[in-house]
Amino acid sequence: MNHDAYDDNYIRAILNSVKSIAMVGASPVNVRPSYFAFKYLAQRGYDMIPVNPGHVGKSLLGKPFVASLGDIDRPIDMIDIFRNSSHIMPVVDEALKLSPLPKVIWMQLGARDDAAAEKAEAAGIQVVMNRCPKIEYGRLSSEISWMGVNSRTLSSKRAPIPTQGMRLSLNRMSVGGGETAASDRAAKNKSELS
Amino acid sequence: MTDRHPGFSTLAVHAGAQPDPTTGARATPIYQTTSFVFNDADHAASLFGLQAFGNIYTRIGNPTNAVLEERVAALEGGTAALAVASGHAAQVVVFQQLLMPGDEIIAARKLYGGSINQFTHAFKSFGWNVAWADSDDIASFERAVTPHTKAIFIESIANPSGSITDIEAIAAVARKAGVPLIVDNTLATPYLIRPIDHGADIVVHSLTKFLGGHGNSLGGIIVDAGTFDWSKDNKYPMLSEPRPEYHGIKLQETFGNFAFAIACRVLGLRDLGPALSPFNAFMILTGIETLPLRMQKHCENAKAVAEFLAGHPKVAAVNYAGLASDRYNNLARKYAPKGAGAVFTFSLKDGYDAGVNLVSNLKLFSHLANVGDTRSLVIHPASTTHSQLDDAAKVKSGAAPDVVRLSIGIEDKEDLIADLEQALTA
Repeated sequence: MNHDAYDDNYIRAILNSVKSIAMVGASPVNVRPSYFAFKYLAQRGYDMIPVNPGHVGKSLLGKPFVASLGDIDRPIDMIDIFRNSSHIMPVVDEALKLSPLPKVIWMQLGARDDAAAEKAEAAGIQVVMNRCPKIEYGRLSSEISWMGVNSRTLSSKRAPIPTQGMRLSLNRMSVGGGETAASDRAAKNKSELS
Repeated sequence: MTDRHPGFSTLAVHAGAQPDPTTGARATPIYQTTSFVFNDADHAASLFGLQAFGNIYTRIGNPTNAVLEERVAALEGGTAALAVASGHAAQVVVFQQLLMPGDEIIAARKLYGGSINQFTHAFKSFGWNVAWADSDDIASFERAVTPHTKAIFIESIANPSGSITDIEAIAAVARKAGVPLIVDNTLATPYLIRPIDHGADIVVHSLTKFLGGHGNSLGGIIVDAGTFDWSKDNKYPMLSEPRPEYHGIKLQETFGNFAFAIACRVLGLRDLGPALSPFNAFMILTGIETLPLRMQKHCENAKAVAEFLAGHPKVAAVNYAGLASDRYNNLARKYAPKGAGAVFTFSLKDGYDAGVNLVSNLKLFSHLANVGDTRSLVIHPASTTHSQLDDAAKVKSGAAPDVVRLSIGIEDKEDLIADLEQALTA
């Protein structure tokens, strides 16, 4: 596995398949990158679990902190490690004791430990290093293009309506006094589909 | 399955653009709006706090401008870009992220006259100093490095002289000094030269020139290569230190390899204000779709005109790097194998007065202060774009008093040559 550059399809498949993500080193401080990523991924429907022994008893966006990976009461698809490179190996060792094993171990932007990656891969776990799942999700969905970022993707298909963004809705003011039944019906169908 | 990497012409047409989600409009819509509604209070707070991607206000970002930004970032091979109102605005925004009062940049002497003015006079009032170096003498860049140096600035193809800069050699100096190399790639465009491939950390453009290409819209852009580590020492606090404007966010830590582009947007554009009109972004985007075709024609015509002038009895010298005899021809072969651009200078045996006569006798070339138009253009730099320099500085910047600058358009080359012939003999 080449960890210097990842194919988009590798990253896309991971982000499309995982459902639960334990974030090791999640911070409740709302200007920390881990907080940004936690909130973003939670809003996109991932089951997020904050792991940080310093904050047990508190919760992050309604999700209670746990002290360690072993304290999580359900299978975890992915572990997102928000620690610097020198603290990766112990987390991977802990992850390898879980049953079932996680499918993916993801090391945050700036974090890389090739020996830890090799160990995880030997156990059949997919590894991503030195990337941010928020940035990768934003890039592959082209949402990040709003910030002028090079998504390195092209598409001739109509862009999806942004999540929680513009939606056809019935809560419109009818200004002409005319019938709106047809457009209301269209809007209703649309919202039922989405 | 591994990823396919689209070619340059495909990116020029498609990068950044996608059919509109609501209407299906295939061309990029002009989002001529100042502001964008929030979904709810939390969404608004997330956007203002840089936690979510999205639109707030056109002075910070606009969906039409974002398509332009992604397209140029893709063409240059950068991680992200920020479009602004002009090439000059791009330079101010870049240096605001890098310099504190008392800091220095090293700049090549061969620069667009407007940049020389901006660095010499406008920047002085910010307490930013410039040390000048000679692109033909790489050691002059090394000698100019001081503990206050924060960046090196060059043009890939210099205006007005058309000379080619040895980007890799100067990038090596920048790396050794631990500072970013900024390349103004306006005259080359990424079609001819991609400075990031040669070691540039930041690329700036006047989009007004070949990228827009039709002489109808001003614009500028900053491209982040994503290559520079802003946090390895305390030299670039705008990127490495907690920002009080954003409750202590550290930009490089948060945005990784596109942090410089984000800094330019949320600290530079937001606070200095030189936003690009979405209408101009649309015009420039339309221009970029034909960039590869236009640049081929520009270069083909420029070479034909340069060859004609070089053989003309009234012409003293032609400075076009695409000519085999030119001193920059080796650099042109290395850096710009598809063509040496379409802006160059020549001088007449009868000097300054002959230059002035030539300009007034031309019937097809337009006498004006721009380059990179579909139309062929002519100007006498010494009395216009470079008039604020003294005579010695004019010579060093490639704008000696007897020099005439041409920007060759995409007309039929036979007509351009016929116009020059009649003007030279009139």
